[in-house]
Amino acid sequence: MQITINGKPEEVQAGTVMDVLKQKDIDPHMVAVELNTQIVERDRLATTNVQDGDKVEFLFYMGGGA
Amino acid sequence: MSFTEEQITRYSRHILLPEVGGKGQKKIAQAKVFVVGAGGLGSPVALYLAAAGIGTIGLIDSDVVDRSNLQRQVLHHTPDVGRSKVQSAKEKIFLLNPDVNVETYEDRFTAANAMNYIAPYDVVIDGVDTFPAKFLINDACYFAGKPLVHGGILRFEGRVFSIVPGQSACYRCIFRQPPPPGLVPSCQEAGIIGVVAGIIGTIQATEALKLILGIGDTLTDRILDFDARKTAFREIRIKRNPRCPLCGDHPDITELFEHEQEVCQLHAPEALGIS
Repeated sequence: MQITINGKPEEVQAGTVMDVLKQKDIDPHMVAVELNTQIVERDRLATTNVQDGDKVEFLFYMGGGA
Repeated sequence: MSFTEEQITRYSRHILLPEVGGKGQKKIAQAKVFVVGAGGLGSPVALYLAAAGIGTIGLIDSDVVDRSNLQRQVLHHTPDVGRSKVQSAKEKIFLLNPDVNVETYEDRFTAANAMNYIAPYDVVIDGVDTFPAKFLINDACYFAGKPLVHGGILRFEGRVFSIVPGQSACYRCIFRQPPPPGLVPSCQEAGIIGVVAGIIGTIQATEALKLILGIGDTLTDRILDFDARKTAFREIRIKRNPRCPLCGDHPDITELFEHEQEVCQLHAPEALGIS
C-alpha cells in the first residue's frame, strides 16, 4: 500500500505503525510519530494500524541550541 | 511613553509598516523577552530583538565563551574567549542598541529558579542545548502561562515552533519525554553547521515579535523543520494531545522537575574521529 511519510509517497507493507518503523529501520525511541495529524503514543505504536493513503510524520528529536 | 527623534529614525522602517506603526513600536519597547542560553540560538535572537528595540532582554547562561563557540554564536567575538557569555552578550547588545535594558543572570536555569526567572517576562525563548533543559523550559512556561518559542538544531537541521500554553500544542504533546541517554547526539557530539543556528534563531525572534505585536499567524500548532542540505522547510501540523502528561486532560506532571542529564556516550576524540 502507499502512504505518505514526511511528505513523500512511499510503498510499505500493510501493518501497524511499529511495522512501518521497522521497515524504515527507525528506532521508535528516536522519534515522535504523527498519523494523520494525531500523535501516536509510543505504547500504541504496535496496536495502531496504518491504512492505504495515510499520512505519517516521523519527528526526530533535535536537542541542540547552543 | 514617547520616542525621541533619534528613536523615530532608528525604528523608522518598523514604523512605516502598517502592522507595526508607532503603536506597535511602543509595544515592542515595553516588551520583556527572556532568552534561555546565550549561545547558537540565543545569539541571533538577542541581536535581532535588540535591534528591533525590545524594552528588556533577559539572558541566562552559566557558561564562558569557548573558541569552538565562535563558528556560530555571533554574540561573542574572538577577544571574548574565556569571558562570561552573558557579560559578552550585554556589551554587544549595548553597542547595537543602548535603548535596550539587558538583565543578565550568570546562572543555570533549574527547576528551583525557573519560575522566578520567567515571572517578569512576556515571552520566553528556548536557546538551550540539552533535552532536560528543553523540557524544563516547556513545563515552566506552561505553569507560568508564558508564550514560548521553542528551537532545536542538530547537524544540518533545525526546528522551531511557538507554544501558547493552554491554547496550542506544547513540546510534551509531541515529545513526551527526553530520548533514552546516548541515542540522540548533541551538537557538541555530532556537529552543527553554524548558519542553521542563525536561520532558526531569526525565526524565533520573528515569532517573539509577532507574539508581542499580536500580528500574523504564529507558529502555533505547527512545527517548522528546516534542512540546510536541501534548503527545504517542512511544516508539520500538530494539535494539543489529550494524553499530554503536562497539558492533557489527566496530567501526571503537576510541578517542575528536571529530567536527569544524560551522560555523554561519545568521547570527544572518537566523535572527532581522531582517536
